[in-house]
Amino acid sequence: MKHETIETNAGLLIILTLAVISIGGLVEIVPLFYISDTVEEVDGVRPYTPLEQRGRDIYIREGCYACHSQMIRPFRDEMLRYGHYSLAAESQYDHPFQWGSKRTGPDLARVGGKYSNEWQVQHLIDPQSVVPESIMPGYPWLAENDLRYSDIEARLRALRRVGVPYSLTDEEYEANVERFGEEVARWLDINRAEENLVAQAQSGNFDGDPSRITEMDALVAYLQVLGTMVDFTQYDEGYFVEFR
Amino acid sequence: MAQAATNASSHAGAAAVPSEQYNYEIVKKFAIMALVWGVLGMGVGTYIASQLAFPFLNFDIPQITFGRFRPVHTTLVIFGFGGNALFATSYYVVQRTCQTRLYGDSLATFTFWGWNLSIALGVITYMMGYTQGREYAEFVWPIDILITVTWVAYFWVFLQTLLRRSQPHIYVANWFYMSFILATAILHIFNNLQVPVSLFSLESYSLFSGVQDAMTQWWYGHNAVGFFLTAAFLGMMYYFVPKQAGRPIYSYRLSIVHFWALVFLYMWVGAHHLHWTALPDWVSTLAAAFSILLLLPSWGGMINGIMTLSGAWDKLRTDPIMLFLITALSFYGMSTFEGPMMSLKSVNALSHYTDWTVGHVHSGALGWVAMITFGSLYHLIPRLWNARLYSIRLVYVHFFLATIGIVLYITAMWVAGIGQGLMLRAFDEYGNLAYTFIESVVFLHRPYVVRALGGGLFLVGILIMSYNIFMTITAARREAARVEAKIAAKMAGMSS
Repeated sequence: MKHETIETNAGLLIILTLAVISIGGLVEIVPLFYISDTVEEVDGVRPYTPLEQRGRDIYIREGCYACHSQMIRPFRDEMLRYGHYSLAAESQYDHPFQWGSKRTGPDLARVGGKYSNEWQVQHLIDPQSVVPESIMPGYPWLAENDLRYSDIEARLRALRRVGVPYSLTDEEYEANVERFGEEVARWLDINRAEENLVAQAQSGNFDGDPSRITEMDALVAYLQVLGTMVDFTQYDEGYFVEFR
Repeated sequence: MAQAATNASSHAGAAAVPSEQYNYEIVKKFAIMALVWGVLGMGVGTYIASQLAFPFLNFDIPQITFGRFRPVHTTLVIFGFGGNALFATSYYVVQRTCQTRLYGDSLATFTFWGWNLSIALGVITYMMGYTQGREYAEFVWPIDILITVTWVAYFWVFLQTLLRRSQPHIYVANWFYMSFILATAILHIFNNLQVPVSLFSLESYSLFSGVQDAMTQWWYGHNAVGFFLTAAFLGMMYYFVPKQAGRPIYSYRLSIVHFWALVFLYMWVGAHHLHWTALPDWVSTLAAAFSILLLLPSWGGMINGIMTLSGAWDKLRTDPIMLFLITALSFYGMSTFEGPMMSLKSVNALSHYTDWTVGHVHSGALGWVAMITFGSLYHLIPRLWNARLYSIRLVYVHFFLATIGIVLYITAMWVAGIGQGLMLRAFDEYGNLAYTFIESVVFLHRPYVVRALGGGLFLVGILIMSYNIFMTITAARREAARVEAKIAAKMAGMSS
């Protein structure tokens, strides 16, 4: 076929262009949904509690991903600085993923438990008060704003629709008990979402002010769980390498 | 704003002559909006660059804090400035090369309002804290739908104009524009599959999660570069470089080969943004290999553009518009060499997550995209308004400000990125990490100041351009009014 045939026929040009641009995405994306090795089998990873999920919403709202990655690469310096390299399994319930693309600040994939709640609150309100050289903006409004959680059920329902195992029916609840144990299954029950959120905020007292539930409570709850779900002492290193 | 208002009134006047050969009114509107969003977007860019150098500039105001302001910058420059420039030039080029009037006046006008409303709503919602949290696809779902509808209308206008051409051949620029329209549609739809929290909520959750979501996003993200910021701007190049040079394209055969190679290869390379992550190795290796291959069609386009000037090199001494176009192609060649190099896993291990990536993006975005746009608009606007440029001297001033600005920007980012990359992987003699993270942040301060300065120069450049264009259009209007009055007087004289 002469190229002239294509150049003189708009329909043909469009069809051929569509065919040519579709191949790359089909070959690279579609198999990721079918090759079972893509996401490791690992114990401990669970969906976020209602409070943690609200914290994650705020993390996205404030654009934290513009400066912080959540993806530790398998290099010696990164493992020393941040901990074990990140597994695909650890973000399997992340809608959307927050791996990031730029580290103006450090990686946060395993920031959970590294600092106290008090440090996190102080740092978020005024970063330079704890790290003088920091160029991070302050987020004082997080401690002032009451957390909006009247739509928490709707949020968990939406996440359930995209495949996160929050339970709505008794059957789903039982399946979660089987899969995650009874304590976690209770946190994942949509019917108890609001009650759970309030309970976790009050018992955790993340922002240091037990009288109200603020956006700071939610964000700190989220930060404190990051990277803490997998117990790496249970696995020997060779296990994860198989999946890479 | 005053420009837009007077523009609308002249539109009313022009509508009285329905048999005009070409629809220039729509091109004018998009061209003006490209400059308006360009000034705003580069202004915000300079501001957020200054925030990184001087963090007090965040002022604890949520709406202008870096995290919310950064997507405002990227959206304004990519979709506002770049997008409007592409609408303007594609509507102009498709009419001129098909020698037919643009199809569907009102549908074309709809694309103008749909597109610009999306951008305005987008930046307002980001500042209010509504975002999908996907880079370069932060628009919330209702805006995504508006964009989709607008884009279908755009496709229809472009296709129907092609079908009404009075030439048997479809000119090469239109292949690139068409591939950009098609690819952007596919990318936009698949990367924005979301489930809203409720019908009345702006918030939503992505259909995919984790590793699959990451792959979809960077398949989109890199092809926003590949098709939105490259293929489409090559379409621009294929019309305006030969026009301004007054010579035909260097090689017809090369344009065929590099077109098909470019559109095929680009779709494979997105995963190089995910090297060494939890993405399976086979995908990232594939992406790296295709990234290297991509060097060939990229340079094919650059060579085809630059060699078009062969035999007319003296124009570089006499024509500042040519300077813009050829410098753009040079930056295109440089950043499409740098890109494949950075997609090598060993280089990427150092460069990823650092400012080297930011510098690379800007050598493409400022050096290639913005410079080719400036050159094309300087060519286009006098022809649209049937006028001469107000000042050629100011075009030179703009050119040098922009070029110096880019050079400062990208060298600062090389220093910042490579420096930080080396610091973070350095070990001391005891085998411990040599630097804490915050020590690398301290190191970044000076490059960040230089980068903000470079961005500032680039911003002053586009402000000077806007002034130049404003004066050009004002003079053209005055001249048109004078001629009209003269004719009216003559007519009155004749009738009496």
